[in-house]
Amino acid sequence: MSKKTLSITIDGKTHQAQPGQLVIDACQDAGSYVPFFCYHPRMTPVGMCRQCFVEIEGPRGPMMVVSCMTPVVEGQVVRTTTDGVKRAQQGVLELLLANHPLDCPVCDKGGECPLQDQAFSHGPGESRFVEEKRHFEKPIPISDLVYLDRERCILCDRCTRFADEVAGDPLITFVSRGSNTQVLTFPDEPFSSYFSGNTVQICPVGALTAKPYRFKARPWDLDQEESTCTTCSVGCRTVVQSSRDELVRYQGVDIDPVNWGWLCDKGRFNFESVNSAERLTTPLIKGESGLADSSWAVALDVAARMLRTALAIGPESVAIIGGARGTNEDAFAWAKLADVLGINQRDAQLADGLPPEIFSLPQATIDDINRAPTIILLAPDLKEELPVLYLRARHAAQKRTARIIEFTAHNSGLTPYAWRSIQTEGGKLAAVIRQVGTTTEISDQLSRGDVVVIVGRMNLAESPEFVVNALAEVLHLAPHARVLPALRRGNVRGAITAGLTPQSDAGGTADILAAAASGKIECLILLGSDPLADVPDADLARRGIAGARNIIAIDTFLTASSSQADVVLPAAAYGEKVGTTTNLEGRISNVAQKITPTGTSRPDWMIAAELSIAVGKDLGISSYADVHQMLIDSVPSFAPASDEKSVRHDGVLMHHPHPVSLARSDSSVADHNSFKHRLVVSRKLYDGAQGTVNSPSLVSLADDAGVYVHPLDRARIGVHNGVDVKVTSNRATLVLPLHESQDVMIGTAWIPFNQTGTDVRELLDLSEDVCDVRIEHI
Amino acid sequence: MNTEYSTPGQVPTGPRLITGRFDISDGYTYDGYVRTGGYVALRKALSSMTPKQVHDEVRAAEIQGRGGAGFMAGTKWGFLPADVHPRYLVVNGDESEPGTYKDRLLMELDPHQLIEGIVLASFAVNAAHAFLYVRGEMALAQERLAEAINDAYAHNMAGRNICGSQFSLDITLTWGAGAYIVGEETALIESLEGERGMPRLKPPYFPAVKGLYMQPTIVNNVETLANLPAIINDGGGAFKILGAPTSTGMRMFSVSGHVNRPGVFEVPNGVTTFRMLFEAPEYCGGVRNGGTVKAFIPGGVSAMWFFDEHLDMALDKPTVDKAGSMLGSGAIVAMDQTTDMVAACWRIVRFFARESCGKCTPCREGTTWLEQVLRRILDGQGRPQDIDLLFEISESISPGIAWPPLQTTICPLGPSAVSPIASAVRRFRNEFDHYIAHGRPIDGVDDVLHPEGSRVHV
Amino acid sequence: MSRLNDANITIAKEIIARFPRPKSAMIPLLHLAQEQDGHVSNKAMVHIGELLGVTPADVYGTASFYEMFKFEPIGKYCINICTNISCHLVGSWNLLHHAEDRLGVKAGGTTADGMFTLEDVECIAACTEAPAIQVNYRYRYQVTPANFDQLIDDLRSGRADEEIPPFGTLSRVRQRTSESWSNYGIEAQAIVDER
Repeated sequence: MSKKTLSITIDGKTHQAQPGQLVIDACQDAGSYVPFFCYHPRMTPVGMCRQCFVEIEGPRGPMMVVSCMTPVVEGQVVRTTTDGVKRAQQGVLELLLANHPLDCPVCDKGGECPLQDQAFSHGPGESRFVEEKRHFEKPIPISDLVYLDRERCILCDRCTRFADEVAGDPLITFVSRGSNTQVLTFPDEPFSSYFSGNTVQICPVGALTAKPYRFKARPWDLDQEESTCTTCSVGCRTVVQSSRDELVRYQGVDIDPVNWGWLCDKGRFNFESVNSAERLTTPLIKGESGLADSSWAVALDVAARMLRTALAIGPESVAIIGGARGTNEDAFAWAKLADVLGINQRDAQLADGLPPEIFSLPQATIDDINRAPTIILLAPDLKEELPVLYLRARHAAQKRTARIIEFTAHNSGLTPYAWRSIQTEGGKLAAVIRQVGTTTEISDQLSRGDVVVIVGRMNLAESPEFVVNALAEVLHLAPHARVLPALRRGNVRGAITAGLTPQSDAGGTADILAAAASGKIECLILLGSDPLADVPDADLARRGIAGARNIIAIDTFLTASSSQADVVLPAAAYGEKVGTTTNLEGRISNVAQKITPTGTSRPDWMIAAELSIAVGKDLGISSYADVHQMLIDSVPSFAPASDEKSVRHDGVLMHHPHPVSLARSDSSVADHNSFKHRLVVSRKLYDGAQGTVNSPSLVSLADDAGVYVHPLDRARIGVHNGVDVKVTSNRATLVLPLHESQDVMIGTAWIPFNQTGTDVRELLDLSEDVCDVRIEHI
Repeated sequence: MNTEYSTPGQVPTGPRLITGRFDISDGYTYDGYVRTGGYVALRKALSSMTPKQVHDEVRAAEIQGRGGAGFMAGTKWGFLPADVHPRYLVVNGDESEPGTYKDRLLMELDPHQLIEGIVLASFAVNAAHAFLYVRGEMALAQERLAEAINDAYAHNMAGRNICGSQFSLDITLTWGAGAYIVGEETALIESLEGERGMPRLKPPYFPAVKGLYMQPTIVNNVETLANLPAIINDGGGAFKILGAPTSTGMRMFSVSGHVNRPGVFEVPNGVTTFRMLFEAPEYCGGVRNGGTVKAFIPGGVSAMWFFDEHLDMALDKPTVDKAGSMLGSGAIVAMDQTTDMVAACWRIVRFFARESCGKCTPCREGTTWLEQVLRRILDGQGRPQDIDLLFEISESISPGIAWPPLQTTICPLGPSAVSPIASAVRRFRNEFDHYIAHGRPIDGVDDVLHPEGSRVHV
Repeated sequence: MSRLNDANITIAKEIIARFPRPKSAMIPLLHLAQEQDGHVSNKAMVHIGELLGVTPADVYGTASFYEMFKFEPIGKYCINICTNISCHLVGSWNLLHHAEDRLGVKAGGTTADGMFTLEDVECIAACTEAPAIQVNYRYRYQVTPANFDQLIDDLRSGRADEEIPPFGTLSRVRQRTSESWSNYGIEAQAIVDER
């Protein structure tokens, strides 16, 4: 695919530029720095700040052009430092600084501010402005996370362009005109975008500041390491920044294959949870008066004893749940420990995932979304679960590179951008796909080239089988389609690939909990997992946790589940440990340690290694290097990560040594009777997750629990919008406020998962394929 | 005062090609229009001409756009890429250049002539949809045009199969809401898309290629289109010989300021001189109170000013261009010897500062700063270095302060604010120095800003 | 202070249908809201956003660019005195100062009785009739202090009601969507816009 390069001359040197490239980028590549404010390589150039002037040889002599809106052409002669260019840049800077408040000493941006830097490098050196500067109230909150100081703003249109063009949330806009122009929200309608933090990062001055970082540090005091975000499985590239051994900020790093520099607010701001005072700092052992502080030596000894006792009964009386929150090395060390102890019951998914076989189907990459002409969504709402993947898919639709065909039970963040959005409930999914696949419209579209199928759990209240069958149907229609798994938990793919998945016909999390409930589990290891909060069957989780004889929990916080444990071992968190992680497309990249682990907490792999010694089955791991090397050597999928450099920056895709195919099979499910609603349960970005509830800036962003139905259904139920109703399943009755929503399909009820207040999981029963509820007024 | 033109008939005049119905009381109605020869050109074109033939007549007429830039309309149409549809005609009725007052009359007094021009132009460029964007403040023009478009549809002069031909055209009438910059064609397109009226950068956004909705778009001025019926009726050649070879046809000029009879005149383009306009009884009949012209603006306040040495120059585009200014929108403003040039300069700069859209830095910050400095001088707070400062700020907006202006800005609005400063300061430096030294105007000029002598700083 | 009423919703939909893309109806709909309420209320902007499929912020961003839209109630009559160059040269400042004295408000202000808002505006395209003013965008030419006073009296007494509708109403004639509306241009754009 290598296109011919164009030969141009920049500042007297010949340079090979890429076709379609802008002069500003070509200059950057050639080492001739052109200053700019409004240009951003991931957004449409607007040529507003007028700082990136260069001189280009034209048919009528040299002319000044803005390099951010001028494409390269063969033979172009570009000069970046002529007197005219310098004069223009000085002029722009003097004009920008005329009304800019010189409050740099108390500005978060001071020290890393493009305006400050360019005033120094390209500015006139003095101001002749003696008039009264513009004044605005400063700063004003424009959302829960972002403050705006309009006096500092240089009106570059970056934040507003980002909100409109990248995030699709045009909630901030230029208001008024001329020198009165300012960025604002609509009155009483805040900039509540999941991506608002990006505007702070790309603001070329200190006009936008983030509440979690304001006045926390000076840029020159920051230490930083490049890393990968593990909040969800997209795996956005970040820098992790600390000051005085405390995390203070994450910034997005622009890599082509994944996040293009963007982060979601949850991933950006949940560093607060790492610094939380609620973190576990020391091992705990259950005594007569509950959990009490202990030492590692004692706690490991107690844990080893529990494990030995259980193993003496048989390895089937031991089980491990979790592992998707750590690194590949963490997961591998625990899988290795399980191997040597013969523990087959292990599962990194919490009965909310999909069969691991989907990782062995022909795989698509995130980048394929922006290359393939067709994207099929058999996925939960990407905007809510995998926000930056949503940005990529939205970009594909907006730029018309792809058409999105969505199958969903309720409208998603991508519905407005979908070419076709087909509403259907899960049980009918395969049949619907079979049917629409016969239309010429769809079959023509599928034959236009590559097809990417994004597959995930669309509805936690129903069997994963429906999605798998639907996927088989799609792959039958479009055998050339490739699969992008949309499982949400940070390193779920790495953990499963490293071995934290049921072995030799052992059951997964649901079976483990069922076995525990019937007294068959002597020792249950919770590896950074909280079944009481996450397993979509509250009753089963409760019975399982209660029924397990002994529980060893490895965790960063005392959760609903770990507080039921007999031994709690404090784990090092993100930013406190080194390792590699795997994103949803199988990309392996490094995570960095930036700060000292909280208290006496240790990385999961180290805990596994120490426990192995304590139980007399030494894994032979004494350093991170050991466990990493062992992972590379023993799991073929990780072989591409053997070179230490390969996992930096872009990372490297794992191997898929044993491809499988899916058999088509019919899933049929009875229609619900007309007095009931079929329940749809799916996640929202902000929920009761530990990283969110322990981040003070994020905790209030989760909604209160509620049930959503179509307006016609609300009328049929006969209640007003917003009033409490009774929601009854075979399992339980809950009281929830009812909201009407056009986004919900008639005949279904949507309850977001894990929101504040009433717990929808009480309604759910993992042994049922679907969950039907009756909704009544009280 | 020169009295050469005191006798009627001594100055060149011509037919009232597009203002002929201004004196007919019902000229703005459908019946009045048809009775006076209206829609004949359209019937002729649709029944016996091809689009190319219509285009060829307009080319042959060599009519220059009457909006300000003076670009040849026939050439502009030729920039449309072949076979890209839909394509649009956008009619720029957002006349706002200070001193300019002609499109409003054409819309109020002869709306059907404009509509006929719109249909002819759309036929020539093969557009199926035209948008007529009228300035927001022109309520009467809006009413007259709405009535006229409704009548045109009712009489099959617009809509489906016009005059029984295969040609169909929809005309959407819409109007602005108060923003001078929307007169700039790309800003007008933005406004028409429901956006803030901020200009797009050319290149890459040349309307003929990427215009309304990023489709090929022709933006034409009202007066330009109003000439089309005459061009089609009489032929491009007949039109061409009405003016000078370099500025063809008749053209509307509005002459305001210190003349005895300000007015809007349709004059033979390129032939008449400024002096004739100011002095001839057919036109303005002399400077007020028998005074003299101290300075005049030849083509809207964006233009560089002219002085008495330019009075005998013909209103001919290439001649005026060469002399360092422009005819622009045909707005001529005369200032007599009593004019306070500092105040006049400030008033024009204030206009640009208020009307800057705010999109690009040099214009947004520069015009505002210029206005503040001038206001300070007028308020008696001027400093000697302010004159250099005015030029330095101007330089940051328009490098070289030359004509035609170079610009660091996206559109020509910013450099337009430099014209009055360059003109006034260079010619009347003494008046600025006097303000700076004494806090008041020189003797003998009218202190219009402080008519009651209420000056704070003396 | 309200959303568009039913009659105006009907008009709004007709306007939207005359453009290839709904958002193009933004300014006409803002005028419609201003005609209904005398200013553009927040509720109207929310409603317009719904009708056009854009956010209220988007509506506000566009609306606030244009000077004719008022976001707070103003006088029944908005008196715009042009002070741009042609009027400046022949006494507009004198007229403005007179108007300020007569009405007891500075430019930009509204009289206590809510009758008049006075504005110092840029060129209104009546340069040869200077000094020129507009009342609710209806012209008065060559205005002297004396005939300004007469105008105020006429407006107060209702003698000018027929010619000058209350602020917010521009054209009293609307374009009708004719039976022979072809819609070809709009259909062609729809094909291009199909994702």
